[in-house]
Amino acid sequence: MSEKKATRVGYGEELAALGFENDKIVALDADLSCSTMTQYFAKAHPDRFFNSGIAEANMITMAAGLSSMGYIPFCSTFAVFASRCFEQIRNGVCYPNLNVKIAFSHAGITVGEDGATHQAIEDIALMRVLPGMTILCPCDAEEAKRAVRAAAAINGPVYLRLARLATPVFSEGMPFEVGKANILRKGERAALITCGLMVESCMKAAEILAAKGIEVTVVNMHTIKPLDEEIVKTLAKDMKIFTVEEHSTIGGLGDAVAAVIAEHGGRLTKLGMPDCFGQSASPAELLDFYGLSPEKIAATVENGI
Amino acid sequence: MEIQALKSQCTVIRRDIVSMLTMAGSGHPGGSLSAVEILAALYGYKMNVDPTKPDMPERDRFVLSKGHAAPALYAVLANNGFFSKEEYNGLRKLGGMLQGHPDRNKCPGVDASTGSLGHGVSVAVGMALGAKTMGGKQHIYTLLGDGESQEGMVWEALMASAHYKLDNLTVIFDWNGLQIDGPNDEVMSLGDFPAKLRAFGLDLIEVMDGNDIEQVIAALDVPACPGKPRCILCHTTKGKGVSFMENQAGWHGKAPNKEQGAAALKELEG
Repeated sequence: MSEKKATRVGYGEELAALGFENDKIVALDADLSCSTMTQYFAKAHPDRFFNSGIAEANMITMAAGLSSMGYIPFCSTFAVFASRCFEQIRNGVCYPNLNVKIAFSHAGITVGEDGATHQAIEDIALMRVLPGMTILCPCDAEEAKRAVRAAAAINGPVYLRLARLATPVFSEGMPFEVGKANILRKGERAALITCGLMVESCMKAAEILAAKGIEVTVVNMHTIKPLDEEIVKTLAKDMKIFTVEEHSTIGGLGDAVAAVIAEHGGRLTKLGMPDCFGQSASPAELLDFYGLSPEKIAATVENGI
Repeated sequence: MEIQALKSQCTVIRRDIVSMLTMAGSGHPGGSLSAVEILAALYGYKMNVDPTKPDMPERDRFVLSKGHAAPALYAVLANNGFFSKEEYNGLRKLGGMLQGHPDRNKCPGVDASTGSLGHGVSVAVGMALGAKTMGGKQHIYTLLGDGESQEGMVWEALMASAHYKLDNLTVIFDWNGLQIDGPNDEVMSLGDFPAKLRAFGLDLIEVMDGNDIEQVIAALDVPACPGKPRCILCHTTKGKGVSFMENQAGWHGKAPNKEQGAAALKELEG
């Protein structure tokens, strides 16, 4: 297994690389380029990098203006500010269907010590409800690179959910087709449908369960919208589904899967943030506290099959 | 277009605004009528646009940040040949091209979908940034309302326009002094607005009567100040041209009924 790397780093590296291939790519940031890793793009293409300062709303609608002039803007800041500039994303980007990419980092509770004000647990829900929005949530730095290219190839708004923490690579050799999930591990007893950073927790949970003779399927649902409904329908026929996400259980991946199961049948348990805000602690402590550590996931699955 | 022709066209535009709003039964007459000369001067005199090629890349851009003045923009576009006046019948109607607020994907000549106050000026800043980056000659114009400038993001956008030295951007204010709930200064004081604009680094020109098209044109013709975005603060009259609508906040977002529409058209016979 290659070294651990955060999806935000994969994003930053690939965006800078893509900038050399396509001079229509521009990047915007709201004073967090050293964290969101748009700093790589800024260094490589200083004439096509625009800092909005700490003004997220203006960043999004400036990007709308840039896209209407033929550019492909990638906007970055922390995912928690998706709610701050939500109306700009709705009316400024999605309604006019502009080619703006919203690549927000530090999603979920694994921001850790900064606490609840900085832990985005609602961004997927917000983005899902917007017509025309594509939502990508890569599980590792390599997949983040593919996601950047996929996002650039889509003519329309895309939300890219990125994480702060470094993770191992799980997607090696896997295709990245928007709307088509990847099966990382196969088992008969249950299926864990997950995305982003939670892929690592789920893969470890699958190991724990396998040691107890419980083989589970792990699905990397890297595209949350449009959702790969076929894989949900197929798996739900044969086994119970567990969705695992670093997001509220309201409105996120779990609810997207729940909608498919409600219509086509199956059994589901949603794991995620249970309608509460996070708090300050180390990422590992938080994941365990909210039931998203490998051990807690394994226990929930074992008890819930 | 010659000044005299533009002046006559302004009367036609006002008639069109009143007619289409009367037909629609809802919409915003006050801030549409106050902006007529500004829009007529932009499309009939100043901007490099071609109604037969509304999407030509080298065109100047206009963003109606005060998107509720859509009827004024529609009337100006139609009078400049972007589409047929028959479209007026579909204003605010199901399947219509002329949405309640401008839609760039539905209406030819509309460069940005607006209606959410504060967005347009920021979109215009992005356009100006794009034009600069590509080394293009496009000039970007945007029109805001005075009440609109209570939105925080207007100031985010103006700050960015000065930071990026967007001398290809002209930010125009339709300063009619009224908003839905009453006079600006009663709802939320805007204070010494010219001083604020200057403090934000904009090159400010004040037009004492923004309903005098000659004054508007003179301001638009002032050469750009290198490295600075231009701001034109136009003092206007809300509801201009219709006596019973002038300076009445109540006519911000209420369409005339048939009788009122007929009375207004009679005043606008010119």
